[in-house]
Amino acid sequence: MLAQQLVNGLVVGSTYALFALGFTLMFGVLGVVNLTYGFYFSVGAFLALFATQHGASIWIALPLAALLSGCVAVVIDAALLTPLRRAKAPELASLMVTLGATMLLYSLANAALSTDIRRFPPGVIDATAIEVAGIRISMTQGLIIAAAGVMVSALLWVMNATRLGLGLRALAERPDVAGLMGVNAGALVRLVSLLSGALAGASGVLIGLNYNAIQPYMGEVMMLKGFAVIILGGLGDIRGALVAGLVVGMLETLTAGYVASSWKDAVGFVLLVLTLWIRPSGLFGRLAVKRA
Amino acid sequence: MAEFLDDFLFTYQNLVYSLGVNGLLALSIYVVLAVGQLSIGQAAFMGLGAYVSALLTVKLGVAFPLVLLAAMITPALAALVVGAPTLRLSGVYLALATIGLGEVQRIVFINAEFTGGALGLSGIPTRGGLISIYGSLALALVAFVCVARSKIGRAMEAMREDELAAGALGVDLPAYKLGALVVSAMLAGLAGALNAHVSSFISPNDYGFDAAVTILSFALLGGIGSPFGPVLGAFILTLLPEVLRPLADYKTVVNGAIIVVAVIFMPRGLLAWRMGRAGAAFRRPK
Repeated sequence: MLAQQLVNGLVVGSTYALFALGFTLMFGVLGVVNLTYGFYFSVGAFLALFATQHGASIWIALPLAALLSGCVAVVIDAALLTPLRRAKAPELASLMVTLGATMLLYSLANAALSTDIRRFPPGVIDATAIEVAGIRISMTQGLIIAAAGVMVSALLWVMNATRLGLGLRALAERPDVAGLMGVNAGALVRLVSLLSGALAGASGVLIGLNYNAIQPYMGEVMMLKGFAVIILGGLGDIRGALVAGLVVGMLETLTAGYVASSWKDAVGFVLLVLTLWIRPSGLFGRLAVKRA
Repeated sequence: MAEFLDDFLFTYQNLVYSLGVNGLLALSIYVVLAVGQLSIGQAAFMGLGAYVSALLTVKLGVAFPLVLLAAMITPALAALVVGAPTLRLSGVYLALATIGLGEVQRIVFINAEFTGGALGLSGIPTRGGLISIYGSLALALVAFVCVARSKIGRAMEAMREDELAAGALGVDLPAYKLGALVVSAMLAGLAGALNAHVSSFISPNDYGFDAAVTILSFALLGGIGSPFGPVLGAFILTLLPEVLRPLADYKTVVNGAIIVVAVIFMPRGLLAWRMGRAGAAFRRPK
């Protein structure tokens, strides 16, 4: 029973990690808290839903939805945040703009799509499950862990072992100096939006598959878990987001299993407040916390 | 005339009440924005005030003034728990923590037995009314105008414009920020309690994310140069859906769009003038 709970927690946790990774990448490199990020999660889930309803297999729908969510992220970033970046507005201005935009986008999505819960067409993924030592792992769960693993490793490789990653890290450190050293800041800003939007979209598809329930506001719920994960992991810390995502997912699953499932959504916030009191720099604490 | 006024009040009672309550909420977010911070927990503080006051009135029959006091103190404590660790960090942390506060509070209200669960609390007896709502609004406005014209107001404005410089000039940044958040939580709690006692019914979903963003849109539309800006913004945004009926269904779309437009195109809001300083007339250079 415990082992099964832990596996379920690992599955949920890896989608949290995937989701939080894009959010923390955006914050780390672009220096903004972009609250519309949760919307890309909903966008991804809906795009995959529409694609599979039109007969696409999940193997095509998943990357397609991720890519298109990334494009949505690039457009929204260019419309809302580029003007503020150009005007060197304070960081809270970008938070407020995306806050307003979040409400606007969700209300519009809600008006267009309604809040009805939708489901993937049956047979979109093989329903058989494998059983290892008494633990059931469904195809969906396997796909989630594999997809999350591939995407996370790819991102870590890009960030740490390529020239592109070097440019991104330089941009995160000092945007103006990075520009002087020949980093094409504008292009990298769009690339980061694309990547993180794609991560959000992909995790939307995966969570949609896991619970088989898709509706416009799913991204808003996810966003709250995202805050808890990135603060627990340390704002802008990629490795921290990864570990914190797994921790939050596990603890939520255990709370649902052993306490009551209605309280599981409170776990993230409790962790968030505890982190702020005890260790504001997050799990690994290597980053200098941005103090006021 | 008196008869007309009575008729008018009877027909538009709820609107008149919500104008006053929203004015108070606008002032509550104003205090936080005035020191250059962003709280998305105003709706949560309001909800806490509403629930505490309603429970005290319904279950224990406590006198109304004491109920209001409790409705101000409880959110202030919540503000301390969330604010004390975050206000020493960059402004992003407070914003994220307060969004979380609103959500977790909603979960508690929905799941706890004594708060009436998802159905909320109904049958709250009517207390207060016009005089207590508009009296509180007037008192708060006068107090904020006095503060804005004083040394404290100047310090707050300095923090908002350039925190680093204000700190270097001796402004106690963490104390001001925490003080502002606590005052703001108290005001929001008061607004929640007053509102609960004129509307007789409260439910957990009244105090969610949309409510918090709406409160922020009041202040951003009106501008935060003076306390009058946010109140003006609240009045406009409360009346707008009443005047333009078709807009009522798209209230959240409009409020969201106002925030986006206000931050990008008119960062100073509608009422852009700043408060003068007390005694400035006597000190004008020749």
